[in-house]
Amino acid sequence: MMDLSSISPILLLASIMAASTPILLAAIGELVVERAGVLNLGVEGMMITGAICGFAIAVNTGSPALGFLVAALGGAGLSLLFALLTQVALANQVASGLALTLFGLGLSALLGQGYVGIKPPPTPRLDIPVLGDIPFLGPVLFSHDLMVYLALALVTAVWAGLKYSRAGLVLRAVGENHDAAHALGYKVVRVRVLAIAFGGACAGLGGAYLSLVRVPQWTEGMTAGAGWIALALVVFASWKAGRVLLGAWLFGGVSVLQLNLQAAGVALPVEYLSMSPYLITILVLVIMSADRSRAPASLARIFHASQ
Amino acid sequence: MTLKTILTGATVALGLAAGAVIPAQAQDDKTKVGFIYVGPIGDGGWTYEHNEGRLAVEEHFGDQVETVYQESVPEGADATRAITQMALNGADLIFTTSFGYMDATLAVAEKFPDVKFEHATGYKTAPNLSTYSARFYEGRAIQGHIAGKMTESNIVGYIASYPIPEVIRGINAAFIHARKANPEVEFKIIWAYTWFDPAKEADAATALIEQGADVILQHTDSTAPQAAAEKAGGVVTFGQASDMAEYKPFPRVSSIIDDWKPYYIARTQAVIDGTWESHQVWDGIGPGMVAIGEITDAVPAEVKQEALALKDAIASGEYHPFTGPLKKQDGSDWLAEGETADDGTLLGMDFYVEGLDADIPQ
Repeated sequence: MMDLSSISPILLLASIMAASTPILLAAIGELVVERAGVLNLGVEGMMITGAICGFAIAVNTGSPALGFLVAALGGAGLSLLFALLTQVALANQVASGLALTLFGLGLSALLGQGYVGIKPPPTPRLDIPVLGDIPFLGPVLFSHDLMVYLALALVTAVWAGLKYSRAGLVLRAVGENHDAAHALGYKVVRVRVLAIAFGGACAGLGGAYLSLVRVPQWTEGMTAGAGWIALALVVFASWKAGRVLLGAWLFGGVSVLQLNLQAAGVALPVEYLSMSPYLITILVLVIMSADRSRAPASLARIFHASQ
Repeated sequence: MTLKTILTGATVALGLAAGAVIPAQAQDDKTKVGFIYVGPIGDGGWTYEHNEGRLAVEEHFGDQVETVYQESVPEGADATRAITQMALNGADLIFTTSFGYMDATLAVAEKFPDVKFEHATGYKTAPNLSTYSARFYEGRAIQGHIAGKMTESNIVGYIASYPIPEVIRGINAAFIHARKANPEVEFKIIWAYTWFDPAKEADAATALIEQGADVILQHTDSTAPQAAAEKAGGVVTFGQASDMAEYKPFPRVSSIIDDWKPYYIARTQAVIDGTWESHQVWDGIGPGMVAIGEITDAVPAEVKQEALALKDAIASGEYHPFTGPLKKQDGSDWLAEGETADDGTLLGMDFYVEGLDADIPQ
């Protein structure tokens, strides 16, 4: 019963956008954190905290926009705990990050107890006049919800900011050699705390996109590993914003595409279809990283001004 | 950063996680009952119902019994660690509540001959390891009937988890009865390769709906497909493993509810009395291990009557959901007119029945 015509390209692309956005948001945030020389393994915990904060606020106020805002604040708030541990108390970043994930999962389960089975207010899709009416391109490019465009704008801003702005240069300097950056008078800890908070806010937004748009509901543990995928994406994307975008689209795209191919009864073994998102994303990004890209030199190293 | 640092960090964090849910000390006069869950309690489905069973044990026995549990334990090597940890912490009886824990449970059971183990939905036993499962396929037959009657597009979407006999049995039972109710009906099946991943379950439901399905059956644990159906509008769903009553009266029009409470209480009592013996239990609607949740008014009255009649016939043993004549997918004969399937074939089911247009993943 192979019937590819039953797959609507317009609906498929919309689903791909919805599937890519959470990991794209979380990954672009983590990219900034890692470029500042900090490894925060708490992405999963910050995402799920954002998912419940955003959901609860959106349900209580009826405003998804406010939900997203509070999700970002929630994710950033949780990440500041990590900042306190690693930048002030100089704790091990790996252990602190893992603990943050566990804490976030537990905290979100606690916060979410009253929110099971509730339907959130719908996040409206933008209805751009004229542009949205263009056949095919209109529905594909111009009829998503605001968060999709915000995520893309964020990727562009991070790319341009890191590459062209003075703040980006300082951030990269801190990530490459924190002792030299310190000697030059840059506030290493302050830069890193800000980067960590930015990463937390992005992860929170990604989580809220799951609970408010993609699923949309609150379920305990609903991120189900999305944070870890975002983390892996940053590494495979060689810490480059453009490749993170490519990787998120590939992963989200192939994930949704393979489900559609299964439903259409395509004569490919399901087990290969099922592993295809991981295989294709890793393969493409690994091939691209043959250009000797490397991790920020100070990644996960503890900085103390006396050293 | 060395590998050692990472591993130390991971070990510390996991130790913290395990310690958080397993109270450290058990008093010797109390019977300690442990539960290993594949998802979070808040999944609203499979794990939620197992936890309801645990709470029933606590309530029934009061101070006599202490229960412990660990959530979201991955199937595979990590399960061995979690089960061992529970046995080391003094559990007298451990329920491992997912098919994928089978080999891990068997391995730990061999190491702890004095601890009793109960594995859900598996088939490997030992002197101190029982298996228990419910005849979910009886409920699937009723869902299939309602699905066949209610679909207007004649496309029923099915979100399957892993290609194991239990899931294949459910697909067959639902399909046979959907076809009986509506000879035009087709099934579109997606294998999610997960028990619990709300985002993926929602994506699968959305993909099926976009390809024309107006009824979604799920064999995954979360309520995400219900939310996706509600978002799409006009799509019928069924609660899986738990009532999923939050989505009543529509999209959720009925449900299969797993009721583990009486079983968990009986087995705990057996351990207290010292009468526990290894066995294999497989109960259905009749004994009450499988319940059918309220059929809502979204279902036409006539269809509801038929579904309830089917339920009564299955409960009384008058009708078996796998009754011949039935052929296998390849056209070969399986059951002759009036013949019913034996439990052995059902427990190892690795084939589709005739009419299903799909392949089972290897």
